[in-house]
Amino acid sequence: MAKLESKIPSGPLAQKWTKHKAEIKLVNPANKRKYEIIVVGAGLAGSSAAATLAELGYKVKCFVFHDSPRRAHSIAAQGGINAAKNYQNDGDSVYRLFYDTIKGGDFRAREANVHRLAEVSVNIIDQCVAQGVPFAREYGGLLANRSFGGAQVSRTFYARGQTGQQLLLGAYSALSRMIGAGGVKMFTHAEMLDLVVVGGHAKGIIVRDLITGEVSRHAADAVVLATGGYGNVFNLSTYARNSNATAIWRAYKRGACFANPCFTQIHPTCIPVTGDYQSKLTLMSESLRNDGRIWVPKKAEDRRKNPNDIPEEDRDYYLERMYPAFGNLAPRDISSRAAKKVCDEGRGVGESGLGVYLDFSDAIQRLSEAGVRERYGNLFDIYHEITDENAYKVPMRIFPAVHYTMGGLWVDYNLMSNIPGLFVLGEANFSDHGANRLGASALMQGLADGYFVIPYTIADYLAGQKPAARPKTDAAEFRQAEENVVGITKRLLGVKGKEPISHFHKRLGAVLWANCGMARNAANLKKALKEIPAIREEFWQNVNIPGEAGTLNQSLERAGRVADFLELAELMCLDALERDESCGCHFREEHVDPEGECLRNDEQYAHAAAWEFQGEGKAPVLNKESLVYETVHMAKRNYK
Amino acid sequence: MKVKLKVWRQKDANTPGEFQVYETPDLNPNMSFLEMLDVVNDELTVKGEEPIAFDHDCREGICGTCSLVINGKPHGPHRGVATCQTYMRNFKEGDVITVEPFRARAFPVVKDLIVSRKAFDRIMQAGGFISVRTGAACDANAVPVPKEAADLAMDAAACIGCGACVAACKNGSAMLFVAAKVSQYGLLPQGQPERDKRVLAMVKQMDAEGFGNCTNFYECSAVCPKQISHEFIARMNRDFLKASIRSVFTPTSASTGGGAA
Repeated sequence: MAKLESKIPSGPLAQKWTKHKAEIKLVNPANKRKYEIIVVGAGLAGSSAAATLAELGYKVKCFVFHDSPRRAHSIAAQGGINAAKNYQNDGDSVYRLFYDTIKGGDFRAREANVHRLAEVSVNIIDQCVAQGVPFAREYGGLLANRSFGGAQVSRTFYARGQTGQQLLLGAYSALSRMIGAGGVKMFTHAEMLDLVVVGGHAKGIIVRDLITGEVSRHAADAVVLATGGYGNVFNLSTYARNSNATAIWRAYKRGACFANPCFTQIHPTCIPVTGDYQSKLTLMSESLRNDGRIWVPKKAEDRRKNPNDIPEEDRDYYLERMYPAFGNLAPRDISSRAAKKVCDEGRGVGESGLGVYLDFSDAIQRLSEAGVRERYGNLFDIYHEITDENAYKVPMRIFPAVHYTMGGLWVDYNLMSNIPGLFVLGEANFSDHGANRLGASALMQGLADGYFVIPYTIADYLAGQKPAARPKTDAAEFRQAEENVVGITKRLLGVKGKEPISHFHKRLGAVLWANCGMARNAANLKKALKEIPAIREEFWQNVNIPGEAGTLNQSLERAGRVADFLELAELMCLDALERDESCGCHFREEHVDPEGECLRNDEQYAHAAAWEFQGEGKAPVLNKESLVYETVHMAKRNYK
Repeated sequence: MKVKLKVWRQKDANTPGEFQVYETPDLNPNMSFLEMLDVVNDELTVKGEEPIAFDHDCREGICGTCSLVINGKPHGPHRGVATCQTYMRNFKEGDVITVEPFRARAFPVVKDLIVSRKAFDRIMQAGGFISVRTGAACDANAVPVPKEAADLAMDAAACIGCGACVAACKNGSAMLFVAAKVSQYGLLPQGQPERDKRVLAMVKQMDAEGFGNCTNFYECSAVCPKQISHEFIARMNRDFLKASIRSVFTPTSASTGGGAA
């Protein structure tokens, strides 16, 4: 059994982080340059961490599978980033941001981590503005805000519909500066395929060069994974096509616990699926829900009518009806389930019947078409390109899609996994969003972890490691890990079956979406737990991967990732089955209150479920970290 | 619908490439161009042929990974979109579509339709930043920024670093890419302290990478998926000229290698 020590500092909630910073160990400036740190990933968390650690004087090596660190999928975040600045004078505070986030996560996140997140949120905005991030501004020159789901204040900072892009390019500029200054050695087209553990500590990685196919060993004093989420396990998602779980999955197989793998965010406002050929789904920012009204026809027989011909009294603005206090800004999990519910009732719109309207006609009357264009123009353009429809004239059609994973590798308060020396940041860890993430909080967490948490907490680990004592890459552990990587590649190329990789990925996605998606139950999960291993077995017998190992081979890259998804999916279903309650995104149909909402079971399930690998073909062990709420009362989530 | 593809195939940087013709299976007009290539690649795989290598990632027009010159135009027939946002409904049954990599001296072909755009990263590393240590920033509202300046800076900052501007330019110039970054920072008060140094360093690196000069044809802004205006190039030229002159006459402190004025 792994030892899960959360290392939450003692003392009052609001002082924990300050106290912790004052008490943890430091590394003196002359010693910092003797430590090497590997950072894998260069999204918001990875690039901000790599840049900041290099500024502090550590020697940093940063690895990305992309052609440039500017491509990470953080770039696609649209709506904004939360911060408790209270510039709007509308009653916001660090406590309120903390409380909204912990409540939004349905009381399945760690109190102390979430409070720290809210505390450092204000520093993030300062940092980004100083870097030249062109946030939206008011005429007086001060920063503008908008509101997002799950909050009753306006605390979201934004840069048109491209906030993630601007924040990522800010972090990329900081990283570029440190690459230019020699503080960071950057490796592009370099995919991490194994973690090297020496003497129980993470001390290196094995990397495949995606251009030449060369496999290389890299040693360090600590390894930081910031490799994002694993939503592509569903095949169809809003993730970038190449986003994958391989780095964290292979770390899991080296002993890092995987926490709450079944916590998957299904985002309510995406463009509906249109066909089997589809490679990805596109998000329409949640910010649209500030001004758009969501509805379906009251009568199922109206669902094929032109929406503009359906009179007001025949429309069901179901979010406003069901959740009058938050209306169209109800949290994502709740909004998605509501959309599913009305579609299950036969009132869904569009060709497939799996869609609801997001209607801007009221907003256009209030603000004029030009006013709506100024706020959301680029989103309306994207919608037009994909659907060939003009959303200024006809309501948008939207449907929920996989968007984010709250689960990830287990970390303590220092963001260190149960393998000493292995740190996990951003979406790749499990720590801050519980069972549901609120809008505009992913960017906040990525940058909080990278700019303001890891630079402090990594010193606490390194101070206990002798400077320059990292193992050499000719150590047996490195050789063994490299052999493992080469072996996987060989096995994949050796199958020489008939079906392309997409054949298996699509089937896996369909099974997961049907059984471990917006609604789950024991019978379906058990069924999925039989189907997934069968697909996996077939994959290893019948997948067709053309080309060779020693060259650029995109089929081989994808095959390795899908092979990992085929294992991870099983763990997700197992976790979903084991968590016999409903909470946040995890809606077990057996546990519903009389109003159809999630029925939590705090007595038995107020814990993070951290799964520990036991070897191929063996059942993983479930470790539990109890979530102790010292300050807030674990209330029933109410958005009515 | 079915179309014919004339695709550039090239094993690696050192092997000469050539066009090969492929017939697509039956397509849905709502497919994106890249989804069409996925389907073609799956078919090639099943037939035992090597799939076409092409760059792609977010497939929503923001990461800048996808490239492709489609029928002679970087990012295909439509204005203001990237290749990944190009849909088959824009083509007709039986069309012959030519698909090539971005071609420029500074963007060597890696394989098939993939080129290396690392030169862009090196330009950024030379000066595409505001030097601000994490944690050292003042309150975000301490320095007001006029909305007009912030909006214009955002227009420039929208660049996705795809390199279409270079591929479209007969000189293989990266002026639009560099100008966008120089202008973003030059328009903001936070960017002023390093304004001269930045433009000089970035332009120097741009020249060293082998990009050509701008001769005002504006093909760059015409193909830019974010429709970044070529007016930023004029802005960069003014900045560059001023910085060049100032750098000659500006006294530097003895501590940084110059003599006291």
